[in-house]
Amino acid sequence: MTHTDIDPKLLEILVCPVTKGPLDYDRAARELVSRKAGLAYPVRDGIPIMLPEEARRLSE
Amino acid sequence: MRVFDRGLVRQRRERAVATLPNADFLFKESAERLADRLLDMARTFPLALDLGCHTGQMAEALAQHPKIGTLFQSDLSPRMAAHARANGLGTVCADEEFLPIAANALDLVLSNLSLHWVNDLPGAFAQIRQALKPDGLFLAHMFGGDTLRELRIALFEAEGDTSGGVAPRVSPFTDVRDAGNLLTRAGFALPVVDADTITVTYTDLFKLMADLRGMGETNTVIERPKKPARRDLFLRAADIYAKRFTDARGRLTATFEIISLTAWVPHSSQQKALRPGSATTRLADALKTSEITLDDSTPFPKKP
Repeated sequence: MTHTDIDPKLLEILVCPVTKGPLDYDRAARELVSRKAGLAYPVRDGIPIMLPEEARRLSE
Repeated sequence: MRVFDRGLVRQRRERAVATLPNADFLFKESAERLADRLLDMARTFPLALDLGCHTGQMAEALAQHPKIGTLFQSDLSPRMAAHARANGLGTVCADEEFLPIAANALDLVLSNLSLHWVNDLPGAFAQIRQALKPDGLFLAHMFGGDTLRELRIALFEAEGDTSGGVAPRVSPFTDVRDAGNLLTRAGFALPVVDADTITVTYTDLFKLMADLRGMGETNTVIERPKKPARRDLFLRAADIYAKRFTDARGRLTATFEIISLTAWVPHSSQQKALRPGSATTRLADALKTSEITLDDSTPFPKKP
């Protein structure tokens, strides 16, 4: 784990704030993806930004 | 119901990151008190979350705390979260109204003077309860209804004097009684709510307002006046404040009421009232007396 990665124990308990469903961590893109909500939450300097208004909308 | 502009709450917190080190004495004091309360708990908490962590004041007060294993932090403001993360703890940027935590994940949720800006407090409490395991603890400090009582009165009267109408310039806060009801409605057991008052003194009203800005705690009520207040309003308010709320040493007093919430997620090990009719011992036997049974046809027991 690099200093700028998400704390692994924290990652285990994170869910999508909108659907409370599971998240896929796309390490390369630095995004936590909620397929159910169609949203990708950015991870900045190891901090998941779990705000719907900051998330990228996934294209169909 | 939406009372607070959450975007503005976030913006105020972003802006306060730079000024907070000189204005966070209330957050620090309150964090110390929360850490003390936690010492009284009979159990330990392997996994805890500080909800609304500002720049890490709670974690500082909890350093090497005997009751806590791992502590995570969260804040609505990405900048505050980034600042808090400097202490090396797992930190997430999250909205108390949209908690991104799995069900049954945590042993403890702490919150230090952050929940007063939440619109949907019942919803936030319900989500906190869900994120906690059975026998998990929710321990929080919130600003209560008496907070900034003097400022509210001074601005109210000044506005009546200068413009003939009043506007909500000081945020509404939760009452002790409401908080207890909300905890029960959210499904918590054994809720305990009490209030403490911290009085801070200032040389003048403008110092108090600078502190509130420094903490990121100025008004975010949606119906707040959108135009900057006229200078004469604040001069008049400063005058009223000084006349009515000056202590023996000539300093202005400002009340901060801090409501403490303690509530547990129900668990079979907790004390609860027995079902009516489930007693296995007679009261009369315990009292070593003979039982007088009521005759249903008469309203009062007959004298023996």
